[in-house]
Amino acid sequence: MKKRQMYFRMITASLMRRRSRMLVALLSIAIGATVLSGLVTIYYDVPRQMGAQFRNYGANMIFTAADEKITLEDVQQGAALIKADQLVGVTPYRYENVRIHESPVIAAATDMTSVQSTSPYWHIEGQYPSSDGQILVGAALAESFNLKSGELLEVSYTPAEMASGDDTIQDNILEFEITGILDTGGSEEDYLYISLSDMEALTGEAGDIDIAELSVSASSDELSGYADTISNTVSSVNARLVKRVTASETTVLTKLQALVLLVTVVVLALTMICVATTMTAVVTERRKEIGLRKAIGASDTSIIKEFLGESMMLGGLGGVLGSVLGFIFAQQVSIHVFSSSISFMPALVPITILVSVLVTGLSSLMPIRSATEVDPALVLKGE
Amino acid sequence: MSLLELKNVYKIYGELHALDNVNMKVEKGEWVSIMGPSGSGKSTMMNIIGCMDKPSKGEVLLDGVDISKENAKNLTTVRRDKIGLIFQQFHLVNYLTAVENVMLAQYYHSLPDEKEAMEALERVGLADRAKHLPSQLSGGEQQRVCVARALINYPEIILADEPTGNLDEANEEIVVDLFHKLHNEGTTLIVVTHDPEVAEVAQRTVVLRNGRVVKEVQNQNFTGKIHFDEEGTHVTKKDLKSEEEIQAEEHAHENQ
Repeated sequence: MKKRQMYFRMITASLMRRRSRMLVALLSIAIGATVLSGLVTIYYDVPRQMGAQFRNYGANMIFTAADEKITLEDVQQGAALIKADQLVGVTPYRYENVRIHESPVIAAATDMTSVQSTSPYWHIEGQYPSSDGQILVGAALAESFNLKSGELLEVSYTPAEMASGDDTIQDNILEFEITGILDTGGSEEDYLYISLSDMEALTGEAGDIDIAELSVSASSDELSGYADTISNTVSSVNARLVKRVTASETTVLTKLQALVLLVTVVVLALTMICVATTMTAVVTERRKEIGLRKAIGASDTSIIKEFLGESMMLGGLGGVLGSVLGFIFAQQVSIHVFSSSISFMPALVPITILVSVLVTGLSSLMPIRSATEVDPALVLKGE
Repeated sequence: MSLLELKNVYKIYGELHALDNVNMKVEKGEWVSIMGPSGSGKSTMMNIIGCMDKPSKGEVLLDGVDISKENAKNLTTVRRDKIGLIFQQFHLVNYLTAVENVMLAQYYHSLPDEKEAMEALERVGLADRAKHLPSQLSGGEQQRVCVARALINYPEIILADEPTGNLDEANEEIVVDLFHKLHNEGTTLIVVTHDPEVAEVAQRTVVLRNGRVVKEVQNQNFTGKIHFDEEGTHVTKKDLKSEEEIQAEEHAHENQ
C-alpha cells in the first residue's frame, strides 16, 4: 500500500468514525460557508435585483434625433444593439400640436403597450387605450377641460399647409373615447396620449419620431457603453442617459454593495474565529492521540500534515454544504426582500469550497502546531 | 558490545534525583525486567530508554551510539527505527481498526503493508479481530494489538511499560506468553513492571529504588513462563518482592 493511500484511509476513518465530533466541526464550517456564500451571491445579484427595482422609476436612456428627426426603424435599429435580456422596454414618442375645445394642447403618440414598461409608475384612472380611437388624457388637462373616462373627445389638427395660410385645406378632426386619466404628478399630465396609427390618421402623414425612451437593466458603465455604441452605429440617433436616474442608481447600488461587502467581511472574520475555536477544541481533545503518534515515530511534520489534511477535507465538505445552503439562503432573502428569485452562480461553488478549505486550514494550523509540542511521555502517562 | 548501555545516568528535577547514577547493560536478545515501587524511577528510565526523554547527565548507548545528546527530531527517528513501545493503557487510535493501528506504525516507519500487519495480528492470535475498532476489543485483545504494533517494524528493543497492569490473569498469561515467543525469536525485551510475578519470568530483573539500581537478579531457572501452584495461583520466587513488601520493609526500617 502506498503511503498516500494510508494517509487518506486515516483521514477518512477519522471523519467517518468520529462522526458526532466531526459533525459539530462540520456544522460550524458549513454555517460559516453558507452565510458567506449566501452574502456573496446577494452581493453579486444586488445590481440585477436593484436594477429591476430601479426600472420602476422609468426610462434611463433617451434617443433623440442627431440632426432633425428619427424614424421608427432607427429606434428599432438602436434598440437592437442592446442585449435582449437587458432591454426592459422601448417607447417612441411623436409630439404634435392639436386642439381640443378650440384650445391648443400637445398630443403625444406612442406605443401604449411598451409605455407600460418604460413608465411603470404611471397611474391611470381607468385603463390604457387598447385600440385605435381611444385616448389617454393627462390629469391636468382633464381638470382644465373637465374631462372624464368614458366620455368622447374631439381632437382637431391643423395641417401645416393650412397653418401657413392655405384656406383650401381644412382641419382634420377625429373623435376619441377617453379610456383613462393619467396621473403622474409630473409634466406628463399636460398631454394627450394616442396611438401612433391614430396620430398618422389625425395628421394625415406618417411622421418621424421626436424622442424614444428606453428602459435598460444595466450598470452605469454598460449604459454609457451602449449609448456610445448606438450613437456611433446609428448616425441619426443621439443616445443619452437620463442622468438623474442612472446617477442615483449607481450611488444607491455602490452603497448597498459596500454594505453587503462589509457584512461579508465581518462574517468571514467571525467564521474564522468560530472555526478556529472549534478546531482548537477538536485538536486539544486529541492530544493523547498526537502523543501516541509521536511515541510510535511520527514527526511533527507528518502530524501537521495529517491533522491539516483532516481539517481541509472537513473544510471542503463544509464548503460543498455551504454552497448549496448558501444558495438556498440567498434565494430566500431575495424572494422575501426583492420578491424575485436569484440566479445560481456556478463559479461561486469552487470559490466557496476553496475559501472554506483555506479558512479551516488556517484556523487549524495554530492549534495543530501547538499540539505537536506535546511531550508524548507526559501525555501517555495521562498528565 | 551490549545492545543498550546506561552509563552513570542521572535525571534530576530540581532537588529530586529521579535517576541517580544508574548503570545498566542489556545484551541483544536478552529479556530484562525493571522492577521497583512507585517513584523508584522506572518510568523515567523507560522514557530515557524509549527516547522520549533525555538524561540530565550520563550516557545512553544504543547499538554503540550515544543517544543522550540527540535532539528531539533525531530521537523520534531512533524511536521509530529501533524501539517498539507497549503501554499499560494500551493507547490505540480509537477510530482505526486493529489492523490499521498496526499499519500506523508501518506508515511512520516505512510503507504500510496490510498483509504483513495481518500476519502480525495472526502472531498475537487476533487475525479474526483485525477489522474491529479498539472499543470492540477486550483489554487483553487491545494489549495484543499493541504488541503486534510494537513488533511490526522488527525493532531492536521492545520496551513495555507495565504491559499487564490493566489485565486480568488470563490475559496477563497470554501477553507474557507472547513475550516468551518474541524472546525465543531473538527479540530484546525490556519490561518495566511493579509486579514481581511478571518481573520474575524474565531472564534478569533489575530492581530500582529511589532512582538507584539496588539489585540485579539473574533467573537461574528461566523458562519465560509464569509459575503457577497446584491451585492455579501465581507463585513468586522469594528473591523478588512485591511493591507492598518493599514498602512494608521501608516502613519498618524508618521506625527502627
